[in-house]
Amino acid sequence: MYTKRLTPWFYLIPALAILGFFLVYPSFHTLYLSFFGKRSQVFVGAGNYIYVFTNRVMLTAFRNNVLWVAVFTTVTVFLGLILAVLFDRVKYEVIVKSIIFMPMAISFVSASVIWKFVYAFKPGGTPQIGILNALLDTFHLPPVAWLIEKPWINNLCLVAVGVWVWTGFCMVVLSASYKSIPKQFLEAARIDGAGEWGVFWKVILPLLVPTVIVLATTMVVFVLKIFDIVYVMTNGNFGTEVIANRMYKEMFLFRNFGRSSAIAVVLLLLVLPVMLLNLRRFRREERR
Amino acid sequence: MTEKMSRSLSRGLLHTVIIFIALLWLIPTIGVLVTSFRPAQDVANSGWWTVFESIFSSVRLTLRNYEVVLSRLGIGRAFLNSFLITLPATLIPLGIALFAAYALAWMRFFARTFVFMIIIALLMVPLQMTFIPILQIFNKSGLAGTFPGIWLAHSGYGLPLAIYMLYNFISGLPKELFDSASIDGAPPFYIFLYIVLPLSVPIIASLTIFQFLWVWNDLLVALIYLGGTPDVAPITVQISSLVGSYGQDWELLTAAVFISIVPSLAVFFGLQRYFVRGILAGSIKE
Repeated sequence: MYTKRLTPWFYLIPALAILGFFLVYPSFHTLYLSFFGKRSQVFVGAGNYIYVFTNRVMLTAFRNNVLWVAVFTTVTVFLGLILAVLFDRVKYEVIVKSIIFMPMAISFVSASVIWKFVYAFKPGGTPQIGILNALLDTFHLPPVAWLIEKPWINNLCLVAVGVWVWTGFCMVVLSASYKSIPKQFLEAARIDGAGEWGVFWKVILPLLVPTVIVLATTMVVFVLKIFDIVYVMTNGNFGTEVIANRMYKEMFLFRNFGRSSAIAVVLLLLVLPVMLLNLRRFRREERR
Repeated sequence: MTEKMSRSLSRGLLHTVIIFIALLWLIPTIGVLVTSFRPAQDVANSGWWTVFESIFSSVRLTLRNYEVVLSRLGIGRAFLNSFLITLPATLIPLGIALFAAYALAWMRFFARTFVFMIIIALLMVPLQMTFIPILQIFNKSGLAGTFPGIWLAHSGYGLPLAIYMLYNFISGLPKELFDSASIDGAPPFYIFLYIVLPLSVPIIASLTIFQFLWVWNDLLVALIYLGGTPDVAPITVQISSLVGSYGQDWELLTAAVFISIVPSLAVFFGLQRYFVRGILAGSIKE
C-alpha cells in the first residue's frame, strides 16, 4: 500500500529536485538579496528599488523595454497574420513560409552580426559596404549611422532584428489557426458581397482573436527579457539599454548583487500578471 | 471603396509583394554567406553585392576566412564545445521530464494539482531571478565554468516547458490503453516503457528540436555560468567576443556566423515538420 502511494514520487523526484534547486529556491533567495546592499551584507530596505526606478540609465531601459514590447509584439503578430493569409493564396506557400521561418533557427547572436553588417556605416564619400547605406547612396542621400542615431532610429533597428527572427513563429501559429477556419465561412461572406478586406476584418480576424491574444502574450513575456541582441549590437550604448542587459551589467561589471537582484525582481513583477492568469485558467480547466 | 480596390488587387501584385518580402528576409543572410568567401581587402572596399555585378570578370573567392576563424580565432574549439554542451543539455531534461509528465498525467496522488501549478508558474519565471544564487553555489562547488554545471542549469531551465508539453500530450492518450494494461497487471514502469514512450515519439521529437535549438543558440546562460573562458565557451559566446575584438573584420565575423548556423539550420530544415508541430502543441492549447 505504501509503495503504491510512493510510486508517483519516484517519477517526480528528479524533476522536483532540479526545479527546486534551479528555479524555486534561487527565486526566493534573489528576492531576499534585493533588499541588501552591493555585497549582500547590509540591509538597505527599498534602497535598490528606489535606485531601479530613479536611475537615469534604468529609466532609459524601461522606456526601451516599452518600445520593444509595443513595436516587437505588434509587428511580429500582425505581420505574421498578414503573411499567413497572403501565403495561403499562392502555390509556393511552403517555400516562402520556410524562408520567413528560417531565422528561428539562427541564434540572436548570429542574427545580430548578420544585421550589424546590414547596418554597417562608413563616412560619406567612401564606398558603403552595408547594404542599407549603399541603398541610400544610390539615391544620393547621406549615410546614416543606424546603431548610433538615438533615440528612435537605433532602437528601432535593434527591434527589427528581433522581428526578423520571430515573425516566422507568429506566422506558423496563425497560419495553422487560419487554415482551421472552415472555408464555407469565407465563401459565405464573399457571396454576401464582402470584399477581401471585408472578409479579412469581419470574418478572419474575429475568428483568430483567441490565437492572437495567446501569441501576443507569449511575445510580450518573451521580449521583456530581451538581452542578446542589445548585448551584441550596442551593449546598451547610445541610449539602447534594456532591463535584462542592465541586470547583467550590475551583476558582472559592477558586482552589485543587491541592485541586479532588484532588477530581476522587477522583471518577475512585470510577468506576474500573465503567470496569475495562466494559473487561473489552469484551475478552471482542472475543475471541469 | 477600399473593398472595390482590394477586389481589383491583381494576382500580379500579390506575387510581387510576396516575392519582395521573401527577398527582404533572405538578403541579410545571403550577404553574410557571400562575404564569408571574399578576401578581406575586397570586403573592406566594396559591397558584397558587387560580386553579382562582375560575375564573369574578377570575382575572387577564398576559403581563407574559414581557415583563420576555425584555427586561430577559436571557432573550431567553440563549435565542438557547443556540441558538448548541447547534446547532454538536451537529453537530460527530456528524460527527467518524461518521467514527471507520466506521473502527473496518469497517477492520482496527494498534492498533484499543487505540483502542476508550481510547474505552470515556473514557466514564467525570468531566468534572471536565478543567476546570482546559482552562480554563488556553482562558484563554491567548482561547477562554475564546467560542462556539468551548464548541463544542469539548462536542464533546470528547460524542464518546465518540457514537462508541460509532455503532460499535455501524454494526458491526451486514450484512457483505455492504461485501463486495460493495469487490469492485466502491468506495473507502472512497464506501462511507461511499452505504452507511453512509443506513443510519445512525435512530441519527444518536437521537444528535442526545441531544446537543441534553445541551448545551441543560447548566449545568456553560457555567459553567466561559463564566464567566457575560451576552453569551454560555446560558439555564441565566442562570436559575441569576436564582435568586440574583430568588429570591422566582416569577412571573419561572417565566416564564424555561417559556421554557427549550419547545424541549427540542418536540424531545422531536416525536422521542420516536428518543429512546427511542437510549436503548435505548445502555444495554442484547446
